[in-house]
Amino acid sequence: MELLSGGEMVARALEDEGVEYVFGYPGGAVLHIYDALFKDCKVPHILVRHEQAATHAADAYARATGKPGVVLVTSGPGATNAITGIATAYMDSIPMVVFSGQVQSHLIGEDAFQETDMVGISRPIVKHSFMVKHAEEIPGTIKRAFHIAATGRPGPVVIDIPKDVTRPDEKFEYHYPDSVKLRSYSPAQRGHTGQIKKAARLLLGAKRPVIYSGGGVILGEGSELLTRLARELNYPVTNTLMGLGAFPGTDRQFLGMLGMHGFYEANMAMHHADVILAVGARFDDRVTNTVSKFCPGAKIIHIDVDPTSISKTVQADVPIVGPVQSVLTEMMAQIDAIKEKDADLPEAASLERWWQQIDEWRGKHGLLTGRRYRESDMIMPQQVIESLYRATDGDAYVTSDVGQHQMFAAQYYRFDKPRRWINSGGLGTMGFGLPAAIGVKLAFPDADVACVTGEGSIQMNIQELATATHYSTPVKIICLRNNYLGMVKQWQDMQYEGRYSEVTYADSLPDFVKLMESYGHVGIKVSKLEDLDAAMDETFALKDRTVFLDVLIDDMEHVYPMHVAPNGSMKDMWLSKNERT
Amino acid sequence: MRRILSMLMENEPGALSRVVGLFSQRGYNIETLNVAATDDPTLSRLTLTTIGDDLHIEQVTKQLNKLVDVVKVVDLTEGAHVERDLMLIKVRATGAARDEVKRTTDIFRGQIVDVGPNVFTIQLVGTSDKLDAFVASMVDVDILEVVRSGVAGISRGEKVLSL
Ligand SMILES: Cc1cc2nc3c(=O)[nH]c(=O)nc-3n(C[C@H](O)[C@H](O)[C@H](O)COP(=O)(O)OP(=O)(O)OC[C@H]3O[C@@H](n4cnc5c(N)ncnc54)[C@H](O)[C@@H]3O)c2cc1C
Ligand SMILES: Cc1ncc(C[n+]2csc(CCOP(=O)(O)OP(=O)(O)O)c2C)c(N)n1
Ligand SMILES: [Mg+2]
Repeated sequence: MELLSGGEMVARALEDEGVEYVFGYPGGAVLHIYDALFKDCKVPHILVRHEQAATHAADAYARATGKPGVVLVTSGPGATNAITGIATAYMDSIPMVVFSGQVQSHLIGEDAFQETDMVGISRPIVKHSFMVKHAEEIPGTIKRAFHIAATGRPGPVVIDIPKDVTRPDEKFEYHYPDSVKLRSYSPAQRGHTGQIKKAARLLLGAKRPVIYSGGGVILGEGSELLTRLARELNYPVTNTLMGLGAFPGTDRQFLGMLGMHGFYEANMAMHHADVILAVGARFDDRVTNTVSKFCPGAKIIHIDVDPTSISKTVQADVPIVGPVQSVLTEMMAQIDAIKEKDADLPEAASLERWWQQIDEWRGKHGLLTGRRYRESDMIMPQQVIESLYRATDGDAYVTSDVGQHQMFAAQYYRFDKPRRWINSGGLGTMGFGLPAAIGVKLAFPDADVACVTGEGSIQMNIQELATATHYSTPVKIICLRNNYLGMVKQWQDMQYEGRYSEVTYADSLPDFVKLMESYGHVGIKVSKLEDLDAAMDETFALKDRTVFLDVLIDDMEHVYPMHVAPNGSMKDMWLSKNERT
Repeated sequence: MRRILSMLMENEPGALSRVVGLFSQRGYNIETLNVAATDDPTLSRLTLTTIGDDLHIEQVTKQLNKLVDVVKVVDLTEGAHVERDLMLIKVRATGAARDEVKRTTDIFRGQIVDVGPNVFTIQLVGTSDKLDAFVASMVDVDILEVVRSGVAGISRGEKVLSL
């Protein structure tokens, strides 16, 4: 067996784990590890310009590929800078392994230089964490960390390593384990057959069914099965913000996103449904609106691998704990079995009536069945996303920041494939978009990667333009520039009589074109609708350049539909500034 | 409703803080908390009492089970069980109060475990209610210090919490 130092073990274990990229930033406590990476490690390291960006890039890499993202940061400020990104991954259940350096073991607790209790600070936002005490523990700990991060309900895992544990002069036997056994961790492998049967019957008996699918379908690679199930039953499907792409966005059966800024037809269908099949979705408050008024007539079947997601906010009538793949496979078999026996199923006519009703809703207020936004002299934000959709044939990886632009992208870019829409839903982290785009571009160098952003959000990790230069990751930054923290302004318009407290900075914005040029990138500015498509095409034609498309848009537009709150139900929506359901 | 949740967890540093952290993070209450090693050096046993309706306790139990360091959780109040809380209480005992305190201690089947010229330290074991009742009975007595172990509990009969 080979003898390695702790630092070398970290480097070797990354290779053995098949890691494709490490996103990180060096510092004192991780110097031994960085030296080992330098001397002998096949895994390329991506030097970001801020540790938060390392976590977002690794997180987005994971979202796009399904493989855990890997981060390496130093102790103290390096570790704390990573916190926002860890929380972002945690809220959206993204597999990630974060290595943080720690001060030497004998200094722990002494307020040593750059000491911070990383395990303590990160505790509420990790799936699990480890503090390594001896070099010999490194291979096993790393194996366990990747296993925990990627299985069951995925999530970030932190490994905190004191500097002395990685010292180069002490070598130990290295063996990377093939498998992991953890007596206290065994995520569900399959659902309860009785429950699945019950669900299949309920589903087949439905007159006004809706399939409400979420991020879990993407995380659990269940899109194909879900699509098959939905098509076989001819049931309508709506996706959460995190679930977009799990069911093809251009399919006739797709109702669009549901929730606070969901499609009218999706929210109406949910509210009037008699059976809801929730798959890998967690009944978030951005979806349900007032819980006590949520879908009053519906029986709810809820499939989730994490039992805590079930009946947390909304009571499930048929809870099924299990991974989406095995549960849906079994459910389809059950459905076929019941259909064969042809128990008294409701006549096809009721489903037809339901579809008529849905099509009527769609025709009346559907975002994609007519122009639902204002006329303006300016470019409307929706038009930018439509142009992006056209220019990329609907096949780009689209990362996003947080705000109105994010909602417009979710509404107007119709994702036909899973893992194409990469955004921070649970934490809503401004600054996610650009590092995320870089992470995705590294994973898929030949794909079009666009970052839809606002002039507010982009400034929260704008230093990553240098990382894009450094690693030649030609991403396309599509900035919906309204010169406001638009989403906040929207709430101030609607709830604070337009008192714009601290949401404008028009006079202090950088000249994005010049800024881009100083990084060696390309900046393009458009303000006229007639120039938009050409500028968009040019942006994507510049294949090997990072381009910032600065689109000056109407600054008064709001995102609609928008749930009426407080005390509204799913069907209570603002449809425009002066029209509500 | 008051519940006693008892669990086996890995005897790892940080395991306790994950359990306690979960409660503060999610706004759950902890009335009492007791934790100590077991016969298996790799496991410790943690027992806590909390208050909530069925739905709430179900969610708390699921969240506890989700912690990687928690191996097993039971709600002891779901079945017949034995629960014990241990109290050490130091009271000022001078003059007539000395006899009075001694008598009450006997009634509650407590023991005086330390005697000073002016103070008694009494040990009392029982359900939390019993300990509360004892404290309540010390009306005219000057209580100097109270320390309680928090509830520890175990199921009755054959049922065991083990791996
Ligand atoms: C400005 C803003 C506005 C927003 N507006 C909306 C909105 O209008 N509509 C909307 O939907 N969201 C909106 N969100 C997002 C919202 O906050 C939540 O992030 C989102 O609704 C959660 O999506 P989800 O229910 O799919 O759950 P996710 O967070 O994606 O969770 C996935 C679930 O699937 C489970 N799971 C994981 N793996 C598996 C598996 N293999 N098998 C089975 N289950 C699995 C997990 O346990 C979890 O319960 C908004 C966010 C922002 C920032
Ligand atoms: C880190 C962070 N800080 C604050 C917020 C609150 N917030 C949500 S949207 C938003 C405005 C975003 O502005 P911009 O990026 O310009 O997007 P727009 O809404 O204008 O499209 C703010 C401040 C947040 N989500 N994240
Ligand atoms: Mg803006």
